[in-house]
Amino acid sequence: MTDVGRHPRIKLLTLSEVMEVKGYVGNFQVRIRKRARYVDENQCTACGECARVCPVVRPDEFNLGLSSRKAIYSPFPQAVPAAYVVNAGECLGHNPAVCARCVEACDKHCINFHMSDQEVVEEVGSIVVATGLETYDPTEMDEYGYSRFEDVLTSLEFERLINAGGPTGGELIRPSDRRKPRSVGFVQCVGSRSARKGKSYCSAICCMNTVKSTLSLKEHDPDLDIKVFYIDIRAFGKGFEDLYQRSRRLGVKYLRGLPGKVEPTADGRLRVAVENAAGGKVEFHDLDMLVLAVGIQPAGGTHRLQKMLGLQLTSDGFFLEAHPKLQPVDAATRGVFYAGCAEGPKDIKDSVTQASAAAVRAIRLMHQGHILTEPITSEVITEHCKACGRCAEVCPYHAITVDPKKKLPAVVNTAACAGCGTCAAECPFGAITMNHFTDRQILDQIDALLAEHSAEKVLAFACNWCSYAGADNAGVSRVQYPANVRLIRTMCSGRVDEAFIWHAFAHGAPVVLVSGCHIGDCHYINANHWTEKRVERVRKKMAKRGIRPERLQLAWISAAEGARFARVMQDMEDLRREVSAEEIAATVDLLAGNQAAAGTDPGKAEP
Amino acid sequence: MSTATEHGNGPRIGVYVCHCGLNIGRTVDCRKVAETAAGLDGVVVARDVAYACSEPGQQEIKQDLLELGLDRVVVASCSPRLHEPTFRQLVQSAGINPYLMEMANLREQCSWVHQHDPEAATAKAIDLTRGAVARVRLLQPLKPEVLPLTQRTLVIGGGVAGIQAALDLADSGYDVVLVEKNPSIGGTMAQIDKTFPTMDCSI
Ligand SMILES: Cc1cc2nc3c(=O)[nH]c(=O)nc-3n(C[C@H](O)[C@H](O)[C@H](O)COP(=O)(O)OP(=O)(O)OC[C@H]3O[C@@H](n4cnc5c(N)ncnc54)[C@H](O)[C@@H]3O)c2cc1C
Ligand code: SF4
Ligand code: SF4
Ligand code: SF4
Repeated sequence: MTDVGRHPRIKLLTLSEVMEVKGYVGNFQVRIRKRARYVDENQCTACGECARVCPVVRPDEFNLGLSSRKAIYSPFPQAVPAAYVVNAGECLGHNPAVCARCVEACDKHCINFHMSDQEVVEEVGSIVVATGLETYDPTEMDEYGYSRFEDVLTSLEFERLINAGGPTGGELIRPSDRRKPRSVGFVQCVGSRSARKGKSYCSAICCMNTVKSTLSLKEHDPDLDIKVFYIDIRAFGKGFEDLYQRSRRLGVKYLRGLPGKVEPTADGRLRVAVENAAGGKVEFHDLDMLVLAVGIQPAGGTHRLQKMLGLQLTSDGFFLEAHPKLQPVDAATRGVFYAGCAEGPKDIKDSVTQASAAAVRAIRLMHQGHILTEPITSEVITEHCKACGRCAEVCPYHAITVDPKKKLPAVVNTAACAGCGTCAAECPFGAITMNHFTDRQILDQIDALLAEHSAEKVLAFACNWCSYAGADNAGVSRVQYPANVRLIRTMCSGRVDEAFIWHAFAHGAPVVLVSGCHIGDCHYINANHWTEKRVERVRKKMAKRGIRPERLQLAWISAAEGARFARVMQDMEDLRREVSAEEIAATVDLLAGNQAAAGTDPGKAEP
Repeated sequence: MSTATEHGNGPRIGVYVCHCGLNIGRTVDCRKVAETAAGLDGVVVARDVAYACSEPGQQEIKQDLLELGLDRVVVASCSPRLHEPTFRQLVQSAGINPYLMEMANLREQCSWVHQHDPEAATAKAIDLTRGAVARVRLLQPLKPEVLPLTQRTLVIGGGVAGIQAALDLADSGYDVVLVEKNPSIGGTMAQIDKTFPTMDCSI
């Protein structure tokens, strides 16, 4: 940790959060808000004179409220930076200074109440997301009595309680009476592996964490009675089974079955009712303390970062990697990498391993000092452009400049263009070509897919990052669904031009599906908003022309939602069965006139 | 840009239908897919191969590209999200612009999800391949631009993972900005005294 504070190449910004990320791989501009510390980070020697005089006493969050601290404090003894920090919300008044005793106490004049929050803008080429974990709050699991009994602790609180640097100097005491406990129970899988409360996945670290705790307890007090209530013990890592067996040899009792109820006894202990899975009988265990092995969840700011960087999440809420085996630390967004529990529950060793991998992936990207852009960008056909300004309005990246007043035609900044294709789909004059996904390329693909037995098919557009990936996920998970769907991949659902939809109906498609990322999860900031509006628009036109709007569907499917993808395909197939041959033929006839009139310019192929 | 080629007679397309061992081959009739593709406009050669991504598979395709003067390729195999870079590199190594390669997804979209209906899976595979051929005919060569890059990394979160990533980068000569929301780095690990499996202290 101290190496980070000292390293000449590391700029450490604490009390800081990323507010906005602009730009693209190789050239991100990051806006960071750094909250005021009110103590000069470089001058403070952490002598603690200030805290001694501060009159405000508050629970210490680092010790999870098991001890107290002042309003000016050191986060913990080994903190980096070591400097003290003022919690402005707790201080009696820093601006204007009301008490200011700490200011006087500091001989080095480190404390400065005129500091204010700062905004920093940093230019970077790559980003590593390592936002880590939060532990599960077991309050909702009332059966364990976490909020009712002082002597029911979470595993993290327990960690602080037995920590040599913790509130009791490492001495194990019962919080309620500060006496040494004679017996301790551990409850496994709290907030994990449950369909009812908490999460359904295994948090991966809590079994071994409990085994570890039992070993240190036995080390201090071999006579302590320890019971572990569990579903099964997952000791899968290197050296883990050894530790587990050692714990058993030391007399720790492992009892299969999770408690159903915790009640107080007359003498102030905890009575734990467990149905022993081995015998099926309900047993009662009187214990002095109970430790809940709480599960791991994604950090609180995960959603905000996900939106900011256009990332994807698994159904469990952790960040989703580009490929589980081949690119386990890459995000699908180029230039972004994951490390540690941000990507999923894991122990320190795996977190460190992944962090080193992420560092190397970032170096691999950066070491040449330049970057090759993805040439899948849009291009304006200047002769056709009427300078209406629509493309600039819809571009999520502000990559297009156009001056409708002076009638200056649109120009695309290819470095800023991310290639969603929304502009090409929205231009009313067919004046934008989307490279690699041109109108003609997609129209021909539609023709080919509908060439035979079109009445039996569902034509679906899928965006590369979410719904197409969702289809891949269905495949990897072997989820079966009707074979009638034909997928066309575009980078973004924003690319799906009205003309493509009309073209599909004109060529006999019974049902057309447009699919993409969930609103808010779009890989191209918010391009799918335009998709949604466009689909709505086409449906209205369909209704007006006597084509049933239900035949055009819109679905949001994430990369992790393979099962949902399959369900949507089943729904589409059900819809398709309702479309009669006469209905299809009528639509084909109706639209045939339009297509002929529109000639070859697909931009005008809409009615 | 025109779609005409040096041969003057329109595109010269090669289609390669991958069995992916039994992953595709068990359900989809790959030979039939290849035979149907052979009859499509512009297709000069269509073959089924055991593993298109393997070294021998790639060699076979590359040899065709050079010997038959192909200028566009369809690989009907797995998801482009997996192997598009592989096959783009392959065609590039034969002097063909990497954007003139198109994939049809026969594994994730046919064999794995229609396991009990080989006939429908094969019909779908044929359609997807036909779609890919239609598309590849019209694809245009594209060239990436070279842009400057900032050799600097933002690490968000100063737990053990963020710390390790920052140190590895910095020790390799790259500048790092490490952003931590709390007053100190350390994360969860800093709250833990002894850690498994070594039972030693963590910071
Ligand atoms: C009770 C308990 C006991 C454990 N015991 C062990 C053990 O004995 N052995 C073992 O190997 N593993 C153990 N683990 C697991 C171990 O703690 C994790 O593997 C490890 O801490 C993961 O490191 P990390 O850097 O990914 O996340 P964290 O340690 O959670 O660090 C994340 C950091 O990012 C910061 N952050 C979060 N969001 C943002 C944001 N938006 N902006 C800026 N900063 C942000 C946080 O403040 C934090 O400093 C235990 C876990 C728990 C809960
Ligand atoms: S690691 Fe053990 S205690 Fe934690 S969720 Fe998995 S099985 Fe339950
Ligand atoms: S939307 Fe089309 S016509 Fe309008 S400014 Fe953009 S390119 Fe020109
Ligand atoms: S393709 Fe998307 S990102 Fe590029 S200019 Fe058009 S709207 Fe903007």
